[in-house]
Amino acid sequence: MIWANQLIQGVLLGGYYALLACGLSFMFGVMRIINLAHGSLAVVAAYLLYVVAERWEIHPLIGLVAVVPVMALFGWVLHRLVLERSARAGELVPILSTFGLAIVLDNSLFDRFGADTRSLAPYIDTLGYDSWTLPGDIILGKLPLLTLAVAVALLVGLHLLLARTALGRRIRAAAQDPDTAQLVGINARAVYAASTAIAMMTVAVAGAFMAMRATFDPYTGPQQLIFAFEAVVIGGAGSLWGTLVGGIVLGVAQSVGAQIHPQGFLIAGHVVFLVVLLARLYFAHGIRHVFRALRTRLA
Amino acid sequence: MSLLRIHGLEARHGLLSAVRGIDLEIAEGERLALVGANGAGKTTLLRTLAGIHPVSAGQIVFDGVDITALSAHQRCAAGIALVPEGRRLFPAMTVEENLLVARSAGRGGSWQVDSVLEAFPQLKPKLKALASDLSGGQQQATAIGRALMTNPRLLLLDEVSLGLSPRAVQAVYDSLRTLLETRTTIILVEQDLQRTFDVADRIVCMLEGAIVAEGRAGEMSREQVMGYYFGNRPASTTRQVTTQ
Amino acid sequence: MTTPSETGSFTVQRWTGASIAAVCLLLGAQLLLALGPLLLSANLVDRLTTLFIYGILALMWNALAGYAGLVSVGQQAFFGLGAYAAVRLADAGVSAYPALLLGAVLVALVSAPISAFMLRLRGGEFAIGMWVVAELAHLLVNLDTLVQGETGTSLIALQRYTADDRRAYTYWAALVTMAVLAWLLFFMLRGKVGAAAQAIRDNEEAAASIGIRVLPSKRLIFVLSAFGCAAAGALWVATSITFQPKTYFSVQWSAYMIFMVLVGGIGTYEGPILGAVLFFTIEALFGATGVTYLIGLGATAMLFALLLPRGIWGEVEHRLGLQLLPIGYLLKFGTADREPSGPQRKRSAAATTPATPPTDRASG
Repeated sequence: MIWANQLIQGVLLGGYYALLACGLSFMFGVMRIINLAHGSLAVVAAYLLYVVAERWEIHPLIGLVAVVPVMALFGWVLHRLVLERSARAGELVPILSTFGLAIVLDNSLFDRFGADTRSLAPYIDTLGYDSWTLPGDIILGKLPLLTLAVAVALLVGLHLLLARTALGRRIRAAAQDPDTAQLVGINARAVYAASTAIAMMTVAVAGAFMAMRATFDPYTGPQQLIFAFEAVVIGGAGSLWGTLVGGIVLGVAQSVGAQIHPQGFLIAGHVVFLVVLLARLYFAHGIRHVFRALRTRLA
Repeated sequence: MSLLRIHGLEARHGLLSAVRGIDLEIAEGERLALVGANGAGKTTLLRTLAGIHPVSAGQIVFDGVDITALSAHQRCAAGIALVPEGRRLFPAMTVEENLLVARSAGRGGSWQVDSVLEAFPQLKPKLKALASDLSGGQQQATAIGRALMTNPRLLLLDEVSLGLSPRAVQAVYDSLRTLLETRTTIILVEQDLQRTFDVADRIVCMLEGAIVAEGRAGEMSREQVMGYYFGNRPASTTRQVTTQ
Repeated sequence: MTTPSETGSFTVQRWTGASIAAVCLLLGAQLLLALGPLLLSANLVDRLTTLFIYGILALMWNALAGYAGLVSVGQQAFFGLGAYAAVRLADAGVSAYPALLLGAVLVALVSAPISAFMLRLRGGEFAIGMWVVAELAHLLVNLDTLVQGETGTSLIALQRYTADDRRAYTYWAALVTMAVLAWLLFFMLRGKVGAAAQAIRDNEEAAASIGIRVLPSKRLIFVLSAFGCAAAGALWVATSITFQPKTYFSVQWSAYMIFMVLVGGIGTYEGPILGAVLFFTIEALFGATGVTYLIGLGATAMLFALLLPRGIWGEVEHRLGLQLLPIGYLLKFGTADREPSGPQRKRSAAATTPATPPTDRASG
């Protein structure tokens, strides 16, 4: 039954990836920007929570109450100072500017905190390793389950925001046609800034769970970015629920790969990513239909 | 009382001059038609008024306020609404959502989803349909309705009959009749000269970015207007104003 | 090589006085540099070799981004693979220096099928997709028992040469590689490929609609860029002897390439070279400060991307209308010069308002 357990672990890992990736997916869906600083920003959030936990002994999940608004503000500033200009300058510039930002963030964190790995695990009591054991030797860790639950909750929240609220309508309109959105009185700049802020709020939560489940250091960002990106692309860029599917596929692939070979964890993930990419490009028609139907229902 | 005053307006596409030296004044409640061949600058002029095309020179004064520096959404808040060429609905949103997203938070006014549906009854069964699933006529109705939801004081209509079957055009203009009764100020760009003469109080003819002639609809002849449409220039270079 | 085409009152020129002078100067400089190992100190020769390698990387990244419009954050894939291939070939018995070239060629061959699917991606997806390819390449190379994971191995075959000989041969190899790639790019960009690349960069669909074969053009530049980066990696392992995958496959190399090209001038020909020289200088001066240096690099890249996207040379070209190396065409009207057109120029010389008003037609 070892495979069943690996499958379950893969799904739970996928929950983390979905949580990590939903901000990236959201920003791409709204602004067509892939934020290469995404992973680094999650690490920034993790360090903020670490400082809060270490200095004032506040549980990370409580610490989020302070860190989420800070990250939201950071997101707003990020948009006004960097992303807005970048998007106007053409397709290449957002990639370059966010990449530069990632380098600045990673190395600034190193400057401030040094190379030591940290973790939030010491601050969450037994949540890090508590689990339920199901028949068949299937282990359900409490933290992974909580991560998956939070991921789904955030995705539901984002979906409802987009589908039911006035802000959500404005975001969708600005995403589909920013010029015409302006014509009907939508301040596209403000809408995009709000979207970035919302994305950063999810990044804060992702950073918290990243730091609770594992260790992190100033250079953890890029690896997280790649995982998030792979989850987004596997699930279909621009689709929120696709991100959940993508995350789970990635998690399962990695877990299965780990069973096959010591290096298999990462290799399997990248291989599955490339295979899905190829499959989507060459069998575009059938798959695209399904994803478009999903997307139009959500967009 | 003049609602809109344009002085020396100029706009370009890259290096090409699309609108040059436009002086125009529109009174509240007036229906003005812009006539001219493709490339005359009519759409560019409307887009410049709405704020989605940059102004190279000149001034736009709306209700006594210089709005030249305002962005498009600010002009919408001030009361200018454009129904763009080609409708430009939000394709992945329903008709209802297209209308709701334009609902003006700040400006008071009578237009609501219900009143739009009254004016455009063809939309009632399609309220929850995606905009991309609509016929051309329904899309045009939605586009006009969407602009109305912003409770505009000045409504700019860019080629509402473009690409529509004669029946659909008829339906749109029937609905516009309700609109016309509310005395909203309208600037209309229309290729169909008959419709133009039906709707407009005043006609302005444009050629190569400049105004070459204008006059009250009742006093200009169809032949005269068609002449300007096809590129005839008036005998003198000062613009012809038919006023008798 | 002026081709006067007397249509009306303008001529089409490719070479101007300035560009002839510049090309002669460049050739002279390259010949002079070839004398390096004979005249300069060992330290200086080493440093120049590093500069040449940076120059290759900058040229190759710019070819991909500036001319094919493809921003890649994963060229370190080919850098690492080039080094790996050289090490592997040398281990299999190939002589050290030929192994460098052969390794680069092999990597270029491998890059062709990679381009088959990567080139269908656009924008950010392509950028990070290439990064994933780099990560995967890194992981696969680690599996090789010769490499022993992150421990790495060395280009032992180089021990056959004395330190002085090794230094000189590597210097010449790097100089020749950079010169060849630079001139190759130059002639490519003067020809159909350059025009095609410019068209693709401006509007891919429109380019395709006038018969430009978009995918083959992109693929050519992709493979060339892979070859160049692989050669750079092979040369790097020749200078440092050791091959540790983590160093060669690090995304740091992309950061360096992006910095050089952004600061120098993306999409220009001379820009990357300028960027390489600047980067080399900055690294020599500030590299030792560690993280602060990297933060400065990142911040500079950001500032240039946001505020000066044309880069230094791009701004110079734009303001002064200067073009030292004759890639584009110069349109001379009568006696007055117009702005040069070509891959670097965004505006076409033809898009001006008519000088005379249209003649009046009889009114109806």
